[in-house]
Amino acid sequence: MTDRIDPVESTNDGVVMELARDDLERKRFLKMAGRGMGAGAAATALGAFIAACGGSSSSSSSSSAPAATGTASTSSSASASASASGGNDLPIVNYALTLEYLEAQFYDEVAKSGLFHGATLATLKRFGTEEHAHVAALKGVADKLGTPAAKPMGKFPLHSASQVAKLAATVENLGASAYLGQAGNIKSKEILAAALAIHTVEARHASTLNSMLKMTPTPDGAFARPMTMAQVLKVVKPFIA
Amino acid sequence: MTRSELQSPELEAVEVHGTTRAGFIMRGALAAGAAYGASAVTPFVRDAFASSGGGDVDILNFALTLEYLESDFYLHKAKSVGLSGEAKSLAAMFGEQEQAHVTALMTTIKHAGGTPVKRPSFMFPATDQASFLKLAYTLENVGVGAYNGAAPSISNKEILAAAGSIVQTEARHAAAIGLLIHKPVTPNGPFDVPLSKSKVLAKAGPLISKG
Repeated sequence: MTDRIDPVESTNDGVVMELARDDLERKRFLKMAGRGMGAGAAATALGAFIAACGGSSSSSSSSSAPAATGTASTSSSASASASASGGNDLPIVNYALTLEYLEAQFYDEVAKSGLFHGATLATLKRFGTEEHAHVAALKGVADKLGTPAAKPMGKFPLHSASQVAKLAATVENLGASAYLGQAGNIKSKEILAAALAIHTVEARHASTLNSMLKMTPTPDGAFARPMTMAQVLKVVKPFIA
Repeated sequence: MTRSELQSPELEAVEVHGTTRAGFIMRGALAAGAAYGASAVTPFVRDAFASSGGGDVDILNFALTLEYLESDFYLHKAKSVGLSGEAKSLAAMFGEQEQAHVTALMTTIKHAGGTPVKRPSFMFPATDQASFLKLAYTLENVGVGAYNGAAPSISNKEILAAAGSIVQTEARHAAAIGLLIHKPVTPNGPFDVPLSKSKVLAKAGPLISKG
């Protein structure tokens, strides 16, 4: 019980180390992310990510090492490389990408609708920008793993400010539940870390919109409830053209 | 959003009360990090320890300490400061939720064969509603970063799901308070920044007065 690695540091060894080490991958990430939020902001976000992850420890052996080591570690190296590739995670990444596409489109239309002004409009625009950054990041990950999901065409009823605000809250609460529902299914720790980073932003959006609508910021109480893919898609379906 | 805006000068300015604050987390949690610097950790070592299950208990105890801190803050410090209006109702609700997190984490730790850490004493530098809410905003944002930083290391899927459920609630708290005091509801922009244990300790440690 005494000889245990620091869980945070050890994760971090893996998480964004990959990005930090693999310059091509990092450039790709920045390029993808840059479409959403501008290269400067993307670089800052990634830099913060890497810094928080303590990923500068270049002397640590990376996940590319397993092949070179002894047979005793066959099973763990197999799982480590499977984890690093994250191949099985593509359906989840594409699922998240689809939801983010819809959210980003929704906010774009809301911003253009003329229904909102001032601080509320600024908040909604900010959230839209953040959803676009999620799209860019997830598309980058999906590109790495295989074929990204096609961009869906959304259709959103935009009748009045109060109706749209409620719809926004519904969408964000759904998004938070959707990410939470997948946390245990994600194989790659790197992708899990990214999903968690997005998950709590969706939660922040949901809480903000709920609060603006005078609804409780924590509709599930102390423990947020997850939703399965089937549950989420059922709710989302009417919003796909 | 620059990195500097994520810092919490009000925490860094806090005087450390007593000399034993390091005792509590240093013992159970930090010792591990010191023994294995990040540079020494290979994926093999990580996997080996992760599969033992002991790592999850350490993470849960770390989370428990943060939840002790938050529940104490909302349930006790709020009373001594004296809140009103929405601040009062949010603090009461969030305090109950943090206490529910405490209970759930203690149960989970025992279930996993571990021993829950004891509740330390805390010193919160809040004197009025404004400073209380400012500190609440900082604490909740640190909580989000702490969970997001630790969660990928959790090996048990049920424990990961519980941590995910809790961190979503922490993020909701952080945003609700941010909105109330006109601070950014998404201070990290589109991606919440995970915090390493040492960063969390640097921020939350000064609030712990004795172990």
